[in-house]
Amino acid sequence: MSTLLALARLRAMRDGVAQRITTVRHCHVSERPMVFIPLKLAGEAAAPLGAMVGTDPDHPRLLVVPQPRNRDLRFAFAGELAEVLLPYIESFQKATETVEKKVGEPYERCLDAPQIVVPNRPAVAFTGLLGRSTRFRRVDGPYPVHPSVPLLGRWLTYFTDRASQPGSSLLLAATDVLGAHWATGQSGLEDANLAALVGWIDPPPGMSGPRAAEEAEDPLLWPPAGPATDPGFDNEVLGPAIRAYEDAPTARAVERVAQALRSQLEPTWRLTWRAVELLRALPEGSRVRDRWDADRGSFTRFVERIAEGGPPQARRDGAVGAAARLAGLERARAGYDVQRAYDDPLVMAEYRLTGEAFAGVVTGAEPEHFEGEGRSRKLRPLITVRTQDPVRLAPGAVLGSPDRRGHGAEVVGLAGGEITLKIVKGMGRGKTPAPGAVPQPGERVCYTSLTDDFQTSAALPDPEQTPWTHGGPPEEYAPSDDDAQEEWE
Amino acid sequence: MNRLDRLRGPVPPRAHDARAIAALAANPGCARRALLDAAGVDKDGTARHLGFPAPFGQSQFAITRGNVFEALVKENGCAELLRLMRELLGLPVDQVGYQDVENVGSHLRASHTRALIDRAARELDAAVFYDHPMLSLEIAGHTAYLEPDVLAFQLGGRFHIVEIKSFAVIDGQAEPEKVAAAARQAAVYVMALRALMADLGHDPERVSHDVVLICPENFANRPTASLVDVRKQLAVLKRQLARMARVDRLLEGLPPELTFSLDPDDEGVPTRSARELAEALGRIPARYAPDCLSTCDMCMFCRDEARSCGSTDLLGRQVRDQLGGVAAASEALGLAEGTVVPGEGQEEIARVLRLANRLREECLT
Ligand code: SF4
Repeated sequence: MSTLLALARLRAMRDGVAQRITTVRHCHVSERPMVFIPLKLAGEAAAPLGAMVGTDPDHPRLLVVPQPRNRDLRFAFAGELAEVLLPYIESFQKATETVEKKVGEPYERCLDAPQIVVPNRPAVAFTGLLGRSTRFRRVDGPYPVHPSVPLLGRWLTYFTDRASQPGSSLLLAATDVLGAHWATGQSGLEDANLAALVGWIDPPPGMSGPRAAEEAEDPLLWPPAGPATDPGFDNEVLGPAIRAYEDAPTARAVERVAQALRSQLEPTWRLTWRAVELLRALPEGSRVRDRWDADRGSFTRFVERIAEGGPPQARRDGAVGAAARLAGLERARAGYDVQRAYDDPLVMAEYRLTGEAFAGVVTGAEPEHFEGEGRSRKLRPLITVRTQDPVRLAPGAVLGSPDRRGHGAEVVGLAGGEITLKIVKGMGRGKTPAPGAVPQPGERVCYTSLTDDFQTSAALPDPEQTPWTHGGPPEEYAPSDDDAQEEWE
Repeated sequence: MNRLDRLRGPVPPRAHDARAIAALAANPGCARRALLDAAGVDKDGTARHLGFPAPFGQSQFAITRGNVFEALVKENGCAELLRLMRELLGLPVDQVGYQDVENVGSHLRASHTRALIDRAARELDAAVFYDHPMLSLEIAGHTAYLEPDVLAFQLGGRFHIVEIKSFAVIDGQAEPEKVAAAARQAAVYVMALRALMADLGHDPERVSHDVVLICPENFANRPTASLVDVRKQLAVLKRQLARMARVDRLLEGLPPELTFSLDPDDEGVPTRSARELAEALGRIPARYAPDCLSTCDMCMFCRDEARSCGSTDLLGRQVRDQLGGVAAASEALGLAEGTVVPGEGQEEIARVLRLANRLREECLT
């Protein structure tokens, strides 16, 4: 939490509407995302109650489990979900491109990848649990399931794992991505309510953000976005409907449960699509593509892994795997933060606030300044920048700039709001700097000690080294009968 | 009449249920809650009467599931539970006694528990589960009875609190918030049992700070046991209780006739108007934080109050810390926009806010 974000929240509070905290969008939004809204039975770890799912906002598919405690009905649900999800995933597998690498063999990569959007973070966790409870199932033996069920489980697990990768857009939680672009005048805790969050960002005409958020807290107007349902709904509507189904499992009884669930799911369905639209309307940051390329690469690796008949993901990382995974995630987080700062002046402002970056106007330039003698004589243009920012950089600090890719400079000295920089990278090989490589007097520039070295590595992860998460190859899973027959009560 | 009794009015003090107990250690800085709890005021009823009921419903499915799981664990005189304890604690026992304290009338439960625990502590004999032990805790000079939904396990004069929860542990992991809430709650029982031991002249440390948490494993109903160290929660709780014991300090400066009485009329409706009650409550400073929304029955009322005075508390502790503790949103904005002259000690936060404001403007225009 930074002062800039705190300030944005204060303004949202005063103006009664959410405030932008970025100037661009930092996630990929697919042309054809799949929205998935799961509901679960209260008190159970992973008993699906139903879901709304699909790629067409006007034609959601409603999946219903009329008796969520019934094992067969749960697997039927998993099978139906697979019917929707697997063809969607497969539709991205055919078209590929060949990617050349600087070192090593060229490899194939899918031209596009699936994107699943769920309403909130608990829905991501629940997706993971659905994956966990289905991926070890077997198509033969004592409790056979349809072949699509374990495959679905592996994909759901893959998407959930990938969601913890900073900057990945394969599985998005709407509240998370909205919250990364707008600040509301309420607490982060309350932002977890999708209806309230959207209410702040995009209140209905004639209504203020706080008023819309207040309405959103009424479960009768805005049912919770799941996976947990409203206890009042459970007790008054769902409970009786499930009991009626138990008494007589007729089509009418199923329809009654379906009606009940539809009433809870439809508002969230619309909200989640609204979230997609809101995000799509933002201009895309320039490094979003690189990250999506990495997502496509990761997706392709997983497609291959399945095609090669690899085992399902292990139950949990071994100690070494977990540590490597954490370290990988930290690196990815740091890289993602820097990329966002380079893409977005408002994110860079965070670093200007702490003195790790500054912006200002060039007051002097010596483009043909040289250092050293004879053969080691090097072109080292000097510039002077005037800034009002509270710079905390020492002479010798190496800087990059979001204004010019590949540009590098070093701090020579600071005095009275003026900073002298020596350009060390990105001015070409000639005796004089390449045109445009050295900022001109009067130009506005921004420099930061955050470096974007990661750019190449994050944009193109080595496929052999990062099979499906940054944790290195997953621990080998040895299939066991116990796992396949594990109860799912 | 005792000041606290007057605050509560002519209604019996509330027994503390699970939520109230866990909440004792949440938001310890709030004087309003400390006083309401110390006086045994029915916070839920108060919030309702004020027109701000807390949104804490429970689904029948969750309740049923909880009951089914608990019954399963306790089946056959806790046979399954004993197996789990044996494995978890490495105990050399194969027999266990079972005493359900609930079998005696509710008025006798506390003294019955006391006698049973005393005997167990003296005889150091066979393993016994005590179900529904009625424990009590001194809260601000009052004896607060704790609604029991735990077991105490005793072997060789050493006690463990055993808590049965129906949230699942999947591949060795459970939802952290749920574990945290269970730990906070169990700490209260550890403390109460220790107090009882001390009162009986036994070493309170014979009650372990490791509580046993029983949860369903993976997706089945099979129970699994884990040890949870609640020392941290005990420390927080101790501090909070000490604070409530110094309730005199909280009462200082309050008008002697102040009351939050919910004294009902013949139909059970409190006779006092909601407005008067709200005014009375307004006299005691609250310390609203968004966390209250999941822990305290008064949350909707306190949030509304914080909204009406434009408090930065609404945005969460982190934001408030970021604002150097400036309490009013308008003041913080004024400092940022240069319309408010920084007071003493505010120069630094004002400088940062002004800078942040300039950067925001620059980037968005
Ligand atoms: S809701 Fe109100 S009374 Fe309860 S802890 Fe929070 S501020 Fe205190």
